[in-house]
Amino acid sequence: MILSDMTKEELQAYLTGEFPDAAVSVGKQYVEMVVKAEDLHAASQKLKSSPELSFDYLICLTGVDYPEKMQIVYHLESTLHRHVVVMKCDTADRNEPKIDTVSDIWRTAKYHEREVYDLLGVIFNNHSDLRRLFLEDGWGFPLRKDYKDEVRIVER
Amino acid sequence: MGFNIYDFTEMTHNMHLWFLERMSPAMTTVVEWTIIGVCYLLFIALFGLFLVYAERKVCAAFQQRLGPTRVGYWGLLQTIADFLKLLMKELIMPKSADKFLYNLAPFIVMIATFMAIAVLPFGKGLQTMDFDIGIFYVTAVSSIGVIGILIAGWSSNNKYSLIGAMRSGAQILSYELSVSLSLVTMIIFAGTMQLSGIVEGQRDAWFLFKGHIPALIAFVIFLIAGTAETNRGPFDLAEAESELTAGFHTEYSGIKFAFFFLAEYINMFIVAAMATTVFLGGWMPLHFGSLESFNHVMDFIPPLVWFFIKVCGVIFLIMWFKWTFPRLRVDQILTLEWKYLLPINLINILLMCLVVLTKFHL
Amino acid sequence: MSELKEIIISSDKIHTDQYLVNMGPQHPSTHGVLRLLVQLEGEIVHHIQPHVGYIHSGIEKMCEAISYPQIIHLTDRMDYLSAHMNNEAVALCVENALQVEVPDRVKYIRTIMDELSRLASHQLWWCVMGMDLGALTTFFYGLRDREHILDIFEETCGARLTVNYNVPGGLMFDIHPNFQKRVKDFLKEFKKKLPEYDQLLSDNVIFRERTNNIGYLSLEDAISWGVTGPSGRGSGFSCDVRKHEPYSAYPLVQFQEKLDTKGDSFTRYKLRIDEMWESIRIIEQLIDNIPEGDYAVKMKGVIKLPEGEFYQRVETARGEFGVYIISDGKKNPYRVKFRSPGFSNLFALNKMAAGHKIADLVAIMSTLDLVIPDIDR
Repeated sequence: MILSDMTKEELQAYLTGEFPDAAVSVGKQYVEMVVKAEDLHAASQKLKSSPELSFDYLICLTGVDYPEKMQIVYHLESTLHRHVVVMKCDTADRNEPKIDTVSDIWRTAKYHEREVYDLLGVIFNNHSDLRRLFLEDGWGFPLRKDYKDEVRIVER
Repeated sequence: MGFNIYDFTEMTHNMHLWFLERMSPAMTTVVEWTIIGVCYLLFIALFGLFLVYAERKVCAAFQQRLGPTRVGYWGLLQTIADFLKLLMKELIMPKSADKFLYNLAPFIVMIATFMAIAVLPFGKGLQTMDFDIGIFYVTAVSSIGVIGILIAGWSSNNKYSLIGAMRSGAQILSYELSVSLSLVTMIIFAGTMQLSGIVEGQRDAWFLFKGHIPALIAFVIFLIAGTAETNRGPFDLAEAESELTAGFHTEYSGIKFAFFFLAEYINMFIVAAMATTVFLGGWMPLHFGSLESFNHVMDFIPPLVWFFIKVCGVIFLIMWFKWTFPRLRVDQILTLEWKYLLPINLINILLMCLVVLTKFHL
Repeated sequence: MSELKEIIISSDKIHTDQYLVNMGPQHPSTHGVLRLLVQLEGEIVHHIQPHVGYIHSGIEKMCEAISYPQIIHLTDRMDYLSAHMNNEAVALCVENALQVEVPDRVKYIRTIMDELSRLASHQLWWCVMGMDLGALTTFFYGLRDREHILDIFEETCGARLTVNYNVPGGLMFDIHPNFQKRVKDFLKEFKKKLPEYDQLLSDNVIFRERTNNIGYLSLEDAISWGVTGPSGRGSGFSCDVRKHEPYSAYPLVQFQEKLDTKGDSFTRYKLRIDEMWESIRIIEQLIDNIPEGDYAVKMKGVIKLPEGEFYQRVETARGEFGVYIISDGKKNPYRVKFRSPGFSNLFALNKMAAGHKIADLVAIMSTLDLVIPDIDR
């Protein structure tokens, strides 16, 4: 049960109209939208500032390491319309992923991006303070699937 | 040598004569000083320990607990055990501390405390020095302690200590004004600065009752400012543990820490003793004008007991503040002093002058 | 005159500078191993840089190697004060993924336990808030009442803090026969005790002075920084997941989402006290109506989630907690992400506390109600 102005289908239709380059689909829970890396910043800006969408609350920002790509996932909610969208963005290079920052749009992204950089090694372009957050310098990126640590990780 | 628990004048005089019979006058002075010094040392150590124990029990009562119960009967030996622990602890000094000042600071605080305690009248004839300017002397001497605190904060080479010391400096210097002015109010009323004279003036009624509203205002201000002067809650900014870990004594350990700790409690005693002497009639028993039989019953209670009952009452009040109120912020504490207490105090002095000039109190 | 000139000239030479103070990782008011690098000018805070990670335990990485029921055990260790809500988030996420409908009894018990946890958490927060402001007595008043809730937890599931009561498909055991009676007794008593909290702290002049108009956070900032829970609601950010995406028995109960727009420390404080009243209200509606039935759905021995992505939001005592599970159809997840409320809330601290005194920084940090393992994970 999700209270919102637009139903998921309406939101999907609206998003498809607004972002012709993005692939918008209705998932089990939320509307999903995959944007291209080069469109990310512009799309984010539009998602936040457009009055019909006004996705002003970034719930969660995380990264996922797939075998061939690195994906950044943004869970966004509009505090006005109460609809949620899951925006995804693939980076081209898995080993040296680079993506634009959205920390200038949603302030909280600044530290979420630092966390993603820390654990997955994703470089966020134009980020004002991209340093490691939890771990020491030179630790490696533990959430990558090829991360090996014979001392500290128990493999199963 | 007669021993009269109501009047010590005769006893001390006889002791003096007894010594003079057996040794030279110079030697007598030395022996007497030594005895007095030892007495004060013992008193400070024991009463300090008692106050720490009392604080624990009082705070436990406010917090719905029992407090110490394990060491000795009702935990009576707890503070002694703690004191022994502090004695045995290693003295740690920060590497880059200013060694001389760092070691000096606890002594300055202690010396100021000892000097202030010297003039307090515990009972009739039980007062080491009875200056004509007793009150002036106490206010002057008790503010030396802040130098010790400032030195401690500066020499520790710790930012928390420094912030704590600076807060303490600002706070004590400001509240010194209120303490002095509220005492000045009472000096105007009493007409003397001599502590024994002030006590003697309260034979028929305590100044708190005799002095009408100005005395009451002065008493409240004195309590507030006195609490602030002793760096106790809600004015414990100098050692605000949630902000500055332990404030100016962060870097002190073992016996040096114990000095600060003890000095704090003894300062609390001094404030309470001054409040007792100036407002609550010192060692004078409680008398009500024409209730003859009541007054006689009160007279049976020795002055020393009266003095300590009153002091403990005031100390209980001060502890009550600490365990009930949250801490003030540094700017609020200065606002309270300069914008509220000081003007009220000045007006209060005028009021008191009016009372004295119109002889309203007689 | 020449002397005066000399003083003026020499005062030009006085070099004033800002200085850095490390608050933490061991500091009484950071409530754990949090380090704040505070830039001070005298007593005034200019900038706060939080440094986290001192107890980063790599829970997300660990989750990739263990099965779903095992993940629940780890969630206790993040926000230990909202342990039950964290458990529930994972359990709900797995149930939704498998499209398992749990019995009503489970929903009711989960909701009651949620609200009891919220009460316990807010009680502890209240004690610590008072302590941070120097009112040490509050600490014992709060703990006194919290003990009753922990006793109920202990009787229900054997643990007092890390309750670990949920499993995918329901609960680990049924409630103790005494449960309803004890909860009702507690509520009856606590309703008398809660006004004491106001008498002791909320109505105190010094406390009001210390918190009113301190640590202002605007609505825009609250949303942009993702400050949720009572901290966000104090700025007018309607972010109660119990209202916006109700789960368990929350659709069935009447309660208010407490909102205020003032955005200062006192508002955040007051909202938590109000929230305690609301929690009492919720429990009272449910406690007498726990339906009969099973306490769990029979699940398969090895739980495998279908391929796909699942996100579950719950409202913990600190704010919005989210579990994001990506499954590749195996018995352990491909990737798990926990969206912890403390993480987002902490980093808004600079916005709130810059420009205030160092004592206010401590007060503001208290109103955020931080739990450090929740931030570090």
